[in-house]
Amino acid sequence: MSDVNAVVDERVKQTSGLRKALIRPELGAIVGTIAVFAFFIVFAGDSGMFNAQGVLNWSTVSAQFVIIAVGACMLMIAGEFDLSVGSMIGFAGMSIAIMSVTLGWPVWIAILVTFAICIAIGALNGIIVVRTGLPSFIVTLAFLFILRGFTIFFPQLIERRTIIGGISDVAQGDWLAPVFGGKILGGLFVWLADLGLVDTFSRGTREGQPVVDGIPMLIVWALGLMILAHVVLTRTRFGNWVFAAGGDAQAARYVGVPVNRVKILMFMFTAFCATIFATCQVMEFGSAGADRGLLKEFEAIIAVVIGGALLTGGYGSVIGAALGALIFGVVQQGLFFAGVESSLFRVFLGVILLLAVILNTYIRRIITGER
Amino acid sequence: MASFDHNPIVEMRNIEKHFGPVIALNGVSFDVRPGECHCLLGDNGAGKSTFIKTMSGVHKPTGGEIMFEGRPMSFDSPRDAMEAGIATVYQDLAMIPLMSVTRNFWMGREPVKRVGPFNFIDFKMANETTMAEMRRMGINLRSPDQAVGTLSGGERQTVAIARAVHFGAKVLILDEPTSALGVRQTANVLSTIDKVRKTGIGVVFITHNVRHAMAVGDRFTVLNRGKTLGTAQRGQITPEELQDMMAGGQEMVELEGSLGGTV
Repeated sequence: MSDVNAVVDERVKQTSGLRKALIRPELGAIVGTIAVFAFFIVFAGDSGMFNAQGVLNWSTVSAQFVIIAVGACMLMIAGEFDLSVGSMIGFAGMSIAIMSVTLGWPVWIAILVTFAICIAIGALNGIIVVRTGLPSFIVTLAFLFILRGFTIFFPQLIERRTIIGGISDVAQGDWLAPVFGGKILGGLFVWLADLGLVDTFSRGTREGQPVVDGIPMLIVWALGLMILAHVVLTRTRFGNWVFAAGGDAQAARYVGVPVNRVKILMFMFTAFCATIFATCQVMEFGSAGADRGLLKEFEAIIAVVIGGALLTGGYGSVIGAALGALIFGVVQQGLFFAGVESSLFRVFLGVILLLAVILNTYIRRIITGER
Repeated sequence: MASFDHNPIVEMRNIEKHFGPVIALNGVSFDVRPGECHCLLGDNGAGKSTFIKTMSGVHKPTGGEIMFEGRPMSFDSPRDAMEAGIATVYQDLAMIPLMSVTRNFWMGREPVKRVGPFNFIDFKMANETTMAEMRRMGINLRSPDQAVGTLSGGERQTVAIARAVHFGAKVLILDEPTSALGVRQTANVLSTIDKVRKTGIGVVFITHNVRHAMAVGDRFTVLNRGKTLGTAQRGQITPEELQDMMAGGQEMVELEGSLGGTV
């Protein structure tokens, strides 16, 4: 029998602290973020992209991506996909518009009812996937079409058009609407403007006011969801179950992890994130359109994959996904600032996606010992 | 070594299991006592897997009795059997390779620490316990954060065994733990089985390798075509006899002759 008291295995190389710090699931996304920022500092550094207004501009766009990427990330780690996110965004926005404008309900009721409906649809997605054992790819593809169809059908039936406006008017004085469409820390920016750190308008009706009048709630939601999801995933028992459900559902069931419940809850969380996205968007634009949220499901999935998650589940990082979303937002807006033809956005994204995924695959093999 | 003076922890009497027209088990009797390693041998298709799944609560027997600590018992699910103290380590379903050793070790039973209104996993305690339990089994981990995928097959089996032992298993069922392993790793797993047995746990060791069984077994039961061919104690039987019983006798003798006795 072998000597079981051998203390050091001569076949295991000692790894340095630096290497250990570098080798983490988010590495690909961190490298990508640095590359993207370096690129735009060089090519668009003097275009206003990095003054207060510019930063707010790409932060807001990135925050939109972060909100849906966080949901998609948790779900993907639990081993499932949701392709109905984009349609859900359109559906939720339209639902709020119809209830508040057409039906004349108070906006807060419209928002809460919409959240309830959308989370219920998320649960339905999850229950169908778990009960039938079908791939979530197929089930949520069906909902992609079902929800988009309803989103076009209902406003046409009721209002004879596919865009419903006037939400800003009915949202005046509502207590819940500012939670999604409002801004915070306005006073801080006035103070910063007084100190000369933020520019002020020099002409027009808002002369003397800071050009940035607060941080949109969209960004607050994005940061809040990211931190919540990251802590739940890495620090709690439920987070361990999410990894286990996606890593190997059968092995997890053998030790008593409620895999089905975890998966259904993650579908509901994804729907919740999509509804937050939709509500913020509707409150910002003051209108809902039947084509809102098109292709968002793929952008969310791409951000998650850039962030180091494994498409087959069981592995990934919320911080990575958020960085993936940041890359998206910065590139999309940065090309505009740099004066580059915006269709190149897609080329750039494709290239970044490919490079990040190749790097991530390599890192993951080192961490997990996959062969 | 074995404590034959003890009463069995689990006793299976005349277990029958039918799947439709197929009779998978046709009257199997088997028992495990504390601190012994009882080997269940049989060729592929002999009914070993069906039998241990009956024992661990996955299947309900069609006929026969299961006695647990002297009382008749009927398990509705693997969870029930686990709660009672019957832990099963499956050959392939033991671990999730993408997750860290600690996360695997505590999966489903994560220790939590309350911070304000929130419950967080107590990683300090979880990591320390994992390292200590693995050390007891003779494996020094580089770090409790390392993914199970970076461990060898034998080490993975050991994590699963250490987990079962830590959570108070009285009976440990090992489903072909050595069948996919190299020589050195097999030796490690066999020595782990020996350590577990010495703590007073009853080990059921399923294998079709007579040499592995002889290395650690106290008693040997051979299963052939859904029936037990009897139980022998250590020293009462030779490896050749066990091999013959497993294979069903005559034709194996001829085969072995032509292969020069190497099987």
